[in-house]
Parts: sequence; C-alpha cells; structure tokens
Amino acid sequence: MSDKTNDAETADLEEFRKQTRAWLEANCPPEMRKPATSDADVFWGGRNAKFSSEPQRIWFERMRDKGWTVPDWPKEYGGGGLSAAEHKVLRAEMARMGARPPLSSFGIWMLGPALLKYGNEVQKQEHLPNIAAGLIRWCQGYSEPNAGSDLASLQTRAESDGDDFVITGSKIWTSYANYADWIFCLVRTDSAAKKHDGISFILFDMTSKGVTTKPILLISGYSPFCETFFDGVRVPKSHVVGTVNRGWDVAKYLLQHERAMISGMGERGVGRPLGQIAADSVGTDALGRLDDAMLRGRIASFDVDEAALAACAERAVDLAKAGQAHPAFSSAMKYYGTELNKRRYEILMSAGGVDALEWESERSKQGARPRAWLRTKANSIEGGTTEVMLGIVAKRILDLPGA
Amino acid sequence: MALVLTEEQSMLRDSARGLISDKAPVSHLRGLRDSKDPTGFSKELWHSFAEMGFAGLLVPEEFGGSGLGFVEAGVVMEEIGRTLMPSPFLATSVVAASALNRGGNAAQKSEYLPKISSGSLLATLAIDEGAKHRPLQTSLQAVRAGNGFRLSGAKALVVDGHVADLLIVAARTAGSAGEREGLTLFLVNPKARGVAIERTIMVDAHNAARIELANVEVNADSVLGEVDQGIGLLDGVLDIGRSAVASEMVGLSEEVFNRTVEYLKSRKQFGKLIGEFQALQHRAAELYVDIEITRAAVMKALQVLDADVAKAASAVAVAKARAGTTATRAVQEGVQMHGGMGMTDQFDIGFFMKRARVCEELFGDANYHTEQLARARGY
Repeated sequence: MSDKTNDAETADLEEFRKQTRAWLEANCPPEMRKPATSDADVFWGGRNAKFSSEPQRIWFERMRDKGWTVPDWPKEYGGGGLSAAEHKVLRAEMARMGARPPLSSFGIWMLGPALLKYGNEVQKQEHLPNIAAGLIRWCQGYSEPNAGSDLASLQTRAESDGDDFVITGSKIWTSYANYADWIFCLVRTDSAAKKHDGISFILFDMTSKGVTTKPILLISGYSPFCETFFDGVRVPKSHVVGTVNRGWDVAKYLLQHERAMISGMGERGVGRPLGQIAADSVGTDALGRLDDAMLRGRIASFDVDEAALAACAERAVDLAKAGQAHPAFSSAMKYYGTELNKRRYEILMSAGGVDALEWESERSKQGARPRAWLRTKANSIEGGTTEVMLGIVAKRILDLPGA
Repeated sequence: MALVLTEEQSMLRDSARGLISDKAPVSHLRGLRDSKDPTGFSKELWHSFAEMGFAGLLVPEEFGGSGLGFVEAGVVMEEIGRTLMPSPFLATSVVAASALNRGGNAAQKSEYLPKISSGSLLATLAIDEGAKHRPLQTSLQAVRAGNGFRLSGAKALVVDGHVADLLIVAARTAGSAGEREGLTLFLVNPKARGVAIERTIMVDAHNAARIELANVEVNADSVLGEVDQGIGLLDGVLDIGRSAVASEMVGLSEEVFNRTVEYLKSRKQFGKLIGEFQALQHRAAELYVDIEITRAAVMKALQVLDADVAKAASAVAVAKARAGTTATRAVQEGVQMHGGMGMTDQFDIGFFMKRARVCEELFGDANYHTEQLARARGY
C-alpha cells in the first residue's frame, strides 16, 4: 500500500465523517439520542409494527430512506452500500451522539447476512428489501426441547410432498415468535443421515396453517421467548436456503452473526459511567469517590475490561475486513461479552441496593433494573452457552485434541 | 485507523522476530544470569539493534533515527517479550528517547538523540522512590544553587541504571509529595560527584539499579523541559513507557500460552493427552480470549498515543492494567499446566513468571492503573 493511496483514502473517509456527522446532527431527533430504557424504546418493524413515539417514526424513516437501517448491505437490496471503513465511521459517529439503532431486527442481525451468502437471487430480492425497510419481522426456529446446546440433534421433521415440504415438530426459546411475521427454521430433511448432514434451512410465513405459538414466562416476568408448534405446515421447497440437507452450513454461519450480536448486547460506552450511576445511590466521600471502596474497585475493574473488550470488538471487525479473522472468533467474543454483561448487572444491582429490588412501581419503572438484571442471565445461555463457546475456542482455534 | 498491523509494521515485526529469536532466545537470558554478566545484556546485540534502526526507532530522522511511532515501538517490545531478551531498548530507545525528543531543547536533542540512534549512548529515567510506582510522591529534592541546582535523594528500580550514560531524574523543585506542581526533570551524568549507583540483581535477571544522589550539582542547562512544570512531560513519557511494557507483556503472555498449549497437546496422563480434559480446555480457552482482548487494548493505546500523547491516559491505563492481569494469569496457568516441570529452573516457564512480575510493577501495576481510570471517570 503506498502512502499516496493511504492519504487519499484517509481524506475521503474524513470527508465522509464530516458529512455523516452533519447529517446525523440534522436528522436524529434529540429523543433518539438517549439510551433505550424499555422495550417500547426499541423499534422492531413488521406487519403489525407500531411506533411508540413520533421521534421514533421520524428517525426510522429517515435512516431507512438512506439505506442506513442496514448500512453495509448492497443498495440493490435496500442497504446503504457503505464500505467496511465507512460503516465503522457511521457506527462511531452514532455512538458519539448516543443515537439509537433506528431498527432492531433478527432479519438484520442474523438472516440477512446468511441470505447474502447462501440465498439465491429470488430469495434475496424477496426478503432483503423487506428486512431493510422494517416491513417483515423475523424469528429464529433453532432450539428444540431436546436440542439445546446439542443443536444438531434437532427433530422437527420436513417431509417431501411434491413441490412442498410438510413440517411437523416444535421449537423452543423462539424469540418474539408471537410477534414475528416469518421464521427461519432448521428442520430435518433426512432422518437417516448423520445428525449434521440431514438438516435444511427453510423460510416460511408464521401465518401458515398449522403454526401456533405460546409465550414462556421467564424469571424477569417477561415473555420474550415462545414455544412454537408446527402441525403439518406446508412450505414450498423453493424456500430452502442453500442446498437441501446442507442447512447446517447456513446455520453455523448465521450463528457466528448471532454470537456477534449477543456479545454486543451490553451498552458499551453509552450513557454515564457505571461509577457515576452507582454514586447516585451509594453516595460519595469527601474526595468525591464512590463511598464503597470494594464496589468502586469492582466497577473500575469492570471498566478496564469493558474498554478492552470494545477495542477487541473493533479489532475483530478490522481483522475480518483484512481477511485475517478466525471464523470461530465470534465464539470468543460471545463468551466474554455475555459474561461481562452479567457482571455489569450484578454491579448495578449491588449499587442500587434496596432501590433495585422494587418490581412494580412507577418509581422503579416497573422494576426495570431487576428485570434487566435477570434478563442478562440468559446471555451466556442463548446462542450457545459459555461452556459451548469455550469448547469451540479450545477445539477450533487452539486445536486441542478430543471430541 | 484499523486495529491491525499494516504491511510495513508486519515486516518490522518479522525482522525483529528474526533477529531476536535467532540471537536471543530464552537461553541468552539464562546465560547472562548464570555467568553473572556484569552488564546483564549483550553489547553486540545492541549494536545489531542500532544497525537495524531499532535503537533510534522513535528518534526523528533529522537526528539519525527511523522516525517511527509508538505502534512500531510496541511491535519490537512484543518480540522482546517473547524471548525475554534483556535490552536497553525500553529504557533508552523508548522512554529516554521520548523524554529527550518531547522535552529537550535544540541543544539537548542534537547532543543526545544522534547518539541514541547510533547505539552509543544508554539513557534511563529515574522515577520511583518507594516500593510502589507513585510519580506524584516524588520527593527527591532539587534546590537552586548558583547557576544550577543541587539534587539529593534516592531512586529505585532505575532500569539499566548500572550501565546508563545519562540519567533523567525526576525531582521536586517546589511543592510537596503528592502535588502535581513543582516537579522538574534533570539530565544527570551518572559519573558526577555525589552519584552512587548500586546494581540490583532482580528476580527476573534483568537490569536495574538503586541510585542515590547526595548534593549532586547540575547546571541550568541540565533541566529537561520547564522548571516546576515537569508533570506534563513526565505523564506523557510514562504513558509511552507503560504502553511499551504492556506490549512486552502481550508478547510474553502469548509465548507462555503457546508453549503451554503445545504441552497440553503432547503430555499424556491417564492414557490421554491432557489437552483432552475439558477442565484444561476451558481454562486454556479463557486465557486465549484474555490475551486477545488485551492485545487489542494495547494496540489501541499505542494508536491513541501516536495520534496524541496528551489524550492517551485512559487508553494507556486500560492497556497496562489489562496487560498486568493477563500476564499474571498466563504465567500462573503456564506453570500450573506444566505441572512439576513448570517448577524447575531447567524449564523456561519460570523465567516468564519472574519477568511478568517485574513488568507488572514497572510504571504502575494493574491496581494503580485501574485506580487512575476510576479517577479519570469521576468516581
């Protein structure tokens, strides 16, 4: 790489940064520059989507029109067509002003990347623009009652019948299945093959005959997950993504993106420092330091690790761009990011003391903190447990022997 | 800027690795230790370092240096960490060169920097006084005397202090211990009257000294930077040194880790390779992730330093704190997973443990830097 190209690239990128900052300043409503505090602050899109506020609608529509709900997707599929470097600049500028994501969606985080890699042109044209525009909300049919960490042992059957598959079985932990319009689903298309070899990755409408969902009440008092039942659901074979019986490749690729998403769930670098939040309830000493030396130490150690993880997340993106990333590295990030998020909420609960115990009151925003604390406990389970992640790192990255 | 090495930086790494792994594997350190070498490093190797442009890596080209940045210095430090090579690179080429380049006047720069680049001058910063790194607690006194100053006090953990040709001494010209105001850096000739140097043989068999100054007279030209206002210069130079030590610790951690993983793949017990045991697999995986995260944090700090030294304090605190805890974990797991072999002097792992302990104290340990981050964030 010559210095000249470097300089030209840097100059272009700086120009892009300037324009992006100006556009965001002009177009992001002030209300959308505060951290989301409840589920209503998150816009998920879909056929039945409702905006919880006018600023939420304006922000979404402006970003959608620029293709910035999916900034790095190709323009032909409703994306922004940004390069990796430009996308990094946009993320940095949004983080700088605390701008919320305009649209949250499993279509963006998980299905989209898998379709871009494995989908055929018809599938890409049918689904990607609808994801980018927030018109269709997706859910993920992966886990089953007897296939959790051992996902490949899944039993939901898809039987061939002419041009269709007929799907029978059940899924569990299907996030927001009760709100979703479509599902991307792992089904067994060959029960005689070895467990990884008889799986297909298929898409279908949740309003299809034979689909039912049942929310699961969790320890947080919320029901973000469902049981999902399929009773002879008829799906055209053209809805299989990739090759029939090779769905595990798609599933694994998608899991890498899911893990990257979950590892980023902590609100890194957003809002006030944890130590200052803690000071609200714990108080400070004469020198202005948090009046609980042990808690202060825990928070400071947390901050060190959080800042270091942020650098590592940034580096992971840069390594991928440079073609130097290990495909299993998302497992490393998933393990660390989720354990760190649990630490954050243990600290927040400890800092909040009695105040953080209230479950139902205006004052506590209906127990927002304890419910969020309980929610984080799933982070190290969903999308592959910490133990599964460590096993993947040990085997695929470190090449340690056995199983 | 991307958090990956550029092509040029990768080439620099390869040439540093080539030289260091060839001429200074861990057995080099062992030999210097066992022979009780009076200097504790190889002059011949230092000469090669200078020839390759490493001695003056951070020195501007107009003073005969390579004019490279802190990321590049970190690349070399990491390679040094892999084989634990005792080298004047840290004290002379990183810390002292930065102090002179950032704080020196034209005369000081043109006197010292070319000599650093050519490898003919060794220099070091004398900062610590107590058992722990507390720069603001500096109490070595410098009082005005005639045209210059008279220095009295003691310094500890002066890296390469027994071989340095030039000491950069942090002293208090005003105020009292704990205050930011009133610190001044002085260039002191170690052969000046009143300077007593005691080489301290350390646990890691690397090089350091205790230095006592008893009414040492220096002239006004010996002031580096501004009188009483040395803290700005000192903060920057220390952050540069911290990030360099953090880089060394990343190299050290990764080398210990690689050796340990190889051992897990070759040692058999209970009829199995011990690397098949999940208890060890998960610990190895956790350590791997720790090292990768720390590597990114250190690279980030070096890049921020290259952009603006004055704005790098928090990034450096994160890097040095992480490097300390990660290296400590790496060497402990290294010894534990090597079992009884890890406890023997014959095996190299112990050298890494000892060096990690010294690096942890050098320019502030993880506790110190975690505390700095808490203060910077206002709690």
